[in-house]
Amino acid sequence: MIVLFVHGPAFTQSPPSDSMAAIAPTVAEPPAPHPPTGVRGSDAPNDNGEAIIVSWNLSPDDGAGLDNVESYLILRGTSPDGPFDTVGAAAAGQTSFTDATVHSGTIYHYIVSAVALAPVPGGEPKPVYIQSEPSAAVQGVAQWFHSRRLNALIAVIILCSAILYFINAARSGKSVYIRKIGGLEAVDEAVGRATEMGKKIFYIPGTQDMDEVQTLAGITILGRVAKVAADYEAKLEVPVSRSLVMVTCREVVKEAFLNAGRPDAYREESVYYLTDDQFGYAAGIDGLVMRDKPATMFYMGAFYAESLILAETGNSIGAIQIAGTAMPAQLPFFVAACDYTLIGEELFAASAYLSKEPKLLGSLKGQDVGKGIILVTILVGIILTSIGAITLKTSDPEKLGPYNIGQYFEVE
Amino acid sequence: MRREIPTFIALFVGVVCIVQFFIPHRPFGTLVDTFSDWFGILQAFAIWLGALNLLRVSTQRTLAKKSHDRWYGIVVILSFLLIAIIGLFFSGGRGFQLAGTRFDYLYVNVYTPLSSTMFAILAFFVASASYRAFRARSWEATLLLLAAFLVMLGRVPVGDTLTGFLPEGYRLSDVASWIMTYPQVAGQRAIMIGIALGVASASLRLILGLERSYLGGE
Repeated sequence: MIVLFVHGPAFTQSPPSDSMAAIAPTVAEPPAPHPPTGVRGSDAPNDNGEAIIVSWNLSPDDGAGLDNVESYLILRGTSPDGPFDTVGAAAAGQTSFTDATVHSGTIYHYIVSAVALAPVPGGEPKPVYIQSEPSAAVQGVAQWFHSRRLNALIAVIILCSAILYFINAARSGKSVYIRKIGGLEAVDEAVGRATEMGKKIFYIPGTQDMDEVQTLAGITILGRVAKVAADYEAKLEVPVSRSLVMVTCREVVKEAFLNAGRPDAYREESVYYLTDDQFGYAAGIDGLVMRDKPATMFYMGAFYAESLILAETGNSIGAIQIAGTAMPAQLPFFVAACDYTLIGEELFAASAYLSKEPKLLGSLKGQDVGKGIILVTILVGIILTSIGAITLKTSDPEKLGPYNIGQYFEVE
Repeated sequence: MRREIPTFIALFVGVVCIVQFFIPHRPFGTLVDTFSDWFGILQAFAIWLGALNLLRVSTQRTLAKKSHDRWYGIVVILSFLLIAIIGLFFSGGRGFQLAGTRFDYLYVNVYTPLSSTMFAILAFFVASASYRAFRARSWEATLLLLAAFLVMLGRVPVGDTLTGFLPEGYRLSDVASWIMTYPQVAGQRAIMIGIALGVASASLRLILGLERSYLGGE
């Protein structure tokens, strides 16, 4: 079934119509390219059955012969007799296309149409479409295991086993040593300083929502800071940038004051919302900092470009500043502008460190074992690569490139 | 039950999210999409909480006679009402922020320049923070200063002009690229591995209910 026809005022990359049945054959204008051949569909691996990979052999006029193929249109139908709808396009030279719009279990047939530009005397060239034979029936099938993630599964099992083992070991009374973390040791001192000066403590739990683990880690530390603040009768203020975070922070601060035996000192309005907007939030905090001149600033959670704006403003008023984030691009800014910085994993270790709860300390030990395994794997990889036993490869060469300086100014 | 139900929800959602990473088959992927939708709905409702809280706090500040924040409170309330009214009635209806509408005018001529100004402040803060960070107080700090000096010089044309006599591959831009590609990336990757393990460990604690301080209390 080979159809040759001319359609439309000028060729564009977008499909000419929803249905090839709607394209009426008009005037045939040679030279037309030969159609692609060998069109076949195959179920895309490792998915939920909602993708089919369509592949074909290039038209003899793609890069050779008449060399007039501009692109290919991919058409899909549920019957070999049609109708066929356009589902995508591929550039000349390409031999495959992934159709990610299929329904799992439905049978499909595909046609690939070569597109060429036919010259029109005195006018703009018109696109010429020439279709392949329809493919055999194919359907998307959902898989029960993502085979390319087997290595991740093994890593997860090893890491989780190590963590659970050490949690159990700690539960049974085995002592767990963890090194001192300067930033967390300084929490009491920072709150005490604010108390002595009679000034406020500002706690910023990042700019992300409750679905971010860093925000949860930040809120955990807030509980500890609020408890110390309640003990010392210091004024704590928590301006937040997400409504859900505000609700959670209120609960945590309230409970901390309750646990410190000072429920009367808790003020609901000490935890308040500013704005979701990244720089609006930074501007709001900067204004508060310049007016209230707090003695202590905490930045714990996920931050983007606003990190340095906040930390430098806090630095300019001479506040003692403790920061913690797992955003690698923002860490240098906090290190430069703050007195103490919890670097990456230290933020997540904070709850265990502060509570000294054996179960939580055990999880830190398990984490260290995971790090040791990764270190050994990297060393073995370096040795094997150096002696040529294995070759490292990546599907995306960009991933091997150096970090771009632009990332340091990432806007959310 | 106040703790048990949220802990169970955290456990269920956490396990489903992990399982769907390895099992693409229904219903796991669909469930994760549903959870994501639910979170979006929760966020949408929570916007009211935030907006009302902002108005309440600003009103309190405005009404407090001795507060030096009262004028800022008035500005916040007026700006809030202005943008809300124009957004609701002059944004192009369901199209929201159609070009040429009054809301679009405010967005382009007020919001965008204000945001850009805040972002631009970064340039000045980078200079002041760098001034403090790059001081040769110790051996490590001196090494950092030297590396930063080479990278900064190598990133501008004068770097290669100064070292133009050297063979290609040994000029300042090459040195800067080498520092950024190897020592810098190595350091970043070490931190990233620590972060990944920290996230995994923290997530496991949350899923297993060992870490419940986010629910309030110890």
